[in-house]
Amino acid sequence: MLPFDYERASTVREALAACAGSSEMPPTGAPSQFIAGGTNMSDYMRLGVTRPSHLMDINLIQDASLRTIEIGSLEIRLGALVRMSEVEDHQEISRRCPMLPESLKVAASRQIRNMATLAGNVLQRTRCEYFREISWPCNKRNPGSGCSAMDGFNRQHAVLGVSDACIATYHGDFAQALIALDATVEIAGQGANRRIRFAELHLQPGDNPEVETVLRPDEMITAIVISVPGWAARSKYLKIRDRESYAFALASTAVALDLDGDIVRDVRIGLGGVASVPWRAVPAEDVLRGKIFSEDLASKAADAAFANAKPREHNAFKVALGKQTLVRALMEVREMKL
Amino acid sequence: MTTSEAAPLPRENMGQPLARVDGRLKVMGRANYPADIPVNNLAHGLLVASGIARGRVQELHLDEAHAVKGVLDILTHDHIRGELEPPEFGTSGSSSIGPLHDDKIWHDGQIIALVIAETIEAAREAAMRITVDYKEEQPSTSFGSEGTETVAASEVSQQFKEDVKAGDFETAFDAAEVKIDVEYGMPTHHHNPIEMFSTTAYWQGEELTVHEPTQNVYGWKVEIARQLKIEPDRVRVISPYIGGAFGSKGPITPRTAIVALAARRLGRPVRCVVTRSQSFTTQTYRAETRHHIQMAAARDGRITAFKHEGWEVTSRPDPYVVGGTKTTGRLYNYGSVLTKVFLVKTDRPTPSYMRAPAETPYIYALENAMDEMAVALNMDPVEFRRVNDASQDAIEGKPFSSRSLMQCYDEAASEFGWSKRNPQVGSMRDGDWLIGMGCATAVHPANVAPCAVRITLRDDGHARVQTASHEIGTGVQTVAAQLAAEHLGLHPSMVQVEMGDTRLPPAPVTGGSSTTASVCSAIIKACEEIREKLARAAVTANDGPLAGRDPASVLLKNGRLVAADASQALKDVFKHVGSGVIEQYTEFRPDGASPDAVSNLYQGKMEMVSGEKGDMIKYAFGAEFVEVRIHRRTREIRVPRVVGAFSGGRIMNTRTARSQLMGGMIWGISSALHEATEFDWRSARVVNRDLQDYLVPVNADIQDVKVILVPETDTHVNLAGVKGLGELGNVGTAAAIASAVHHATGKRIRELPIRIDNLLG
Repeated sequence: MLPFDYERASTVREALAACAGSSEMPPTGAPSQFIAGGTNMSDYMRLGVTRPSHLMDINLIQDASLRTIEIGSLEIRLGALVRMSEVEDHQEISRRCPMLPESLKVAASRQIRNMATLAGNVLQRTRCEYFREISWPCNKRNPGSGCSAMDGFNRQHAVLGVSDACIATYHGDFAQALIALDATVEIAGQGANRRIRFAELHLQPGDNPEVETVLRPDEMITAIVISVPGWAARSKYLKIRDRESYAFALASTAVALDLDGDIVRDVRIGLGGVASVPWRAVPAEDVLRGKIFSEDLASKAADAAFANAKPREHNAFKVALGKQTLVRALMEVREMKL
Repeated sequence: MTTSEAAPLPRENMGQPLARVDGRLKVMGRANYPADIPVNNLAHGLLVASGIARGRVQELHLDEAHAVKGVLDILTHDHIRGELEPPEFGTSGSSSIGPLHDDKIWHDGQIIALVIAETIEAAREAAMRITVDYKEEQPSTSFGSEGTETVAASEVSQQFKEDVKAGDFETAFDAAEVKIDVEYGMPTHHHNPIEMFSTTAYWQGEELTVHEPTQNVYGWKVEIARQLKIEPDRVRVISPYIGGAFGSKGPITPRTAIVALAARRLGRPVRCVVTRSQSFTTQTYRAETRHHIQMAAARDGRITAFKHEGWEVTSRPDPYVVGGTKTTGRLYNYGSVLTKVFLVKTDRPTPSYMRAPAETPYIYALENAMDEMAVALNMDPVEFRRVNDASQDAIEGKPFSSRSLMQCYDEAASEFGWSKRNPQVGSMRDGDWLIGMGCATAVHPANVAPCAVRITLRDDGHARVQTASHEIGTGVQTVAAQLAAEHLGLHPSMVQVEMGDTRLPPAPVTGGSSTTASVCSAIIKACEEIREKLARAAVTANDGPLAGRDPASVLLKNGRLVAADASQALKDVFKHVGSGVIEQYTEFRPDGASPDAVSNLYQGKMEMVSGEKGDMIKYAFGAEFVEVRIHRRTREIRVPRVVGAFSGGRIMNTRTARSQLMGGMIWGISSALHEATEFDWRSARVVNRDLQDYLVPVNADIQDVKVILVPETDTHVNLAGVKGLGELGNVGTAAAIASAVHHATGKRIRELPIRIDNLLG
């Protein structure tokens, strides 16, 4: 780790002011970085993956809304600094939309979830081994140096949303539930505040894998707002991994199903562990919507979800696994007794 | 003493489940591990590791690093040349590769510099500011890579001089009715003890003290002295607690002498803690192995021919041999045996011992083959083992000193409920979960080595046991206290044990599951000598209550010297002796050891009497049964139940024995389903170099693990009657799981680890 200055902000404005003037770079490379739970930031600073010269601690910002869970009749508003474990433990959210807390419960460990914030969690960076160890060439860490994973050991890498420059996986779980529900992100900026769809927050790697989100260095997520339809009570998060706990998804899915008898009125599907960014499986939703639900239909939806998959040498199994994970989750949510 | 699952009720020939004497210290964080020892004026070292696997260091750019505030010294190959003797590959040394001795890079992550600074933070910053120019060459990663060299192990190794064989394999194989011809693979494994590797070194004048977690203080002392070109007597190695070793802290790595040299250059203490990532390349590992087995049997299940060929990855310069054919070739009553071990030289560090080094990979292959053969014969796997159980070994025809293998199978099968298994593949289900059941044999040679011990008994009934053995977490200190207490007639709380220091009488390397047997044999011998001394004084004292008794008939019990009809308090017996303290220094030399074995012990030269040596084969056995559950769609593999039954001669303490065996089986689950060091095949570099990506089971993966201790008495193995259990538990587990996976799914996965990837579609 390299030396850095450390400051604490007491207002959002103060925090943003510290980051003014570095708008040229992707925010992850900016010299000034926000730190909240620090579970990802401190890890990558130790590894030398990220080398900020200035850390702005936002944990003590006085604005209570950043720390509040608001349950409205139509919307759930989650402050950016709410810890993962707080939502995981929330009874009302669990009743209305089980996949939200479920996606948090299977992430990392409880100790980490007690520290990590929701906004920090959705912005967590890839765990690609070649990205984490700085002696490898990596287009995301060192633009233009090449992708070591492409023809290296790429068992955990993405098959959807990949490019010739990068096949790193977005490993988050919570984000899959958020994208399935088409959540909104509230962003505070130096100039004006803005709201964007969560689906627009992350950027696929394309030719510039170092640019991971649409956030500017002088912007900060302040809240995540989720419209939870009544039928989201029939939802679940299913995560398949090499061990029972404390591992990233090989494949996961956030599924919500709106059934009218056996007819699929509506459905939402997020896919984790298989894509470069939080992934909504719109083609799979389209296959299901308006049809009579069956295992066969679920299989067809899964095929549609992975129709454009681009597997590499060691991650080809993720296509089959991703499909099975989705079919299993769909079958299981259908059986849920509400 | 109360018993529980963690503290099993002792059966015949088993000691009490005494709680660990150091348990309280450890759970309270008060046991000081070597890197915890407070040292004044400490400077902090950090290794810098190479980013290539083969080539040369052309230039190290150090200016920016030197400019970091607090940096004291940066050692590179310019500083070591001539200052240190190169490391040696052998029983105490892990490798002949001497990083920093020249500019050559032999493997990924080789040490290329050591940064010393006032603080660890400054050292880290400086290390991050070093850049390196390499002259790169194309490395060879593993089997099948271009540029590897394959040699017969028996032609290059001092430790593995011949491939065992018996009878005419070819003829028997050709003639047989039922045959299998299969290949298996076990990947590279890293020990990953939770305690990080570290060296703390300081000089007081010409005297060097090294605090480092090690399984071999005496061996290291001599090797450190040799590399530093000083007398061994000037070196003290201290290692009172070791936070997991598994073989990784057995042979010394080149870092130790380099850190000691840095401390000498600087004239102040230096501590270097190896990072987790660096431990994947600067420490040892389990060699990747491939196995080819051909087995033939008659229709009644008798094996008529067995051939086991092994290929093992090693480094370019060092012929480290895994060599498990010496065990697989003796396990069953084969009609004929043919074995051959090959080494495949690659651009990797030299592999070394890892918990049951020979047996874990080789028995994995054999026990898989046994299951495959049982299936081919349409025979129950347990019955197949029973038909081929042996009373003498297939190679030399020696009898087993004791062999309770089928008792282990019977007890474990009964506890597991093996009779409820439907042998039909894929026939057992619980909703969406496919159920599979499998079993396998565990075996490990009962090794023993020379050991010296000093036991000091005071007239007030306090005793101290001193020997330079090592508490790597097995509970040897507890067992030593318990055994000395038993033989001296004291409560265990009256006995203090000191280990892990070259100022103590020498003990062998804590490896090969030999420690309990060796240390306990020495303690029994020393206690007997103390008893005899006291007894002689008591029976010859005319005025004492024991006057005239046969000295052989009086025993130490409850703080007294006791004959059939009279007794005397220890304090009074000491008055007859005329001293306040008896200090007994005893050397134990096992049967079969060379005449200078004990003398060699002081020179740090290991001489272990292996379980195959002598007139009998001395092996510990076990049988392991597992249930796996595999989701029919997503194919996650879970292990809800494991039952293992083991026999190990005298069980010194049922609690620590159970803990060892349970830990072993958990590691077996790990090797079956989780562990693999993954390589980038183009560059021979490790990809998963931390515990995020090198998976081991978490608590949630481990459900019901049951250990059964099967009574066994063996008076041939050693004075203590002990067969070590340290490595037995994780032998066989992976094969049992592979067999269970086959039973559940019909898929025979022969390359570990077994993952979802293998079972889809």
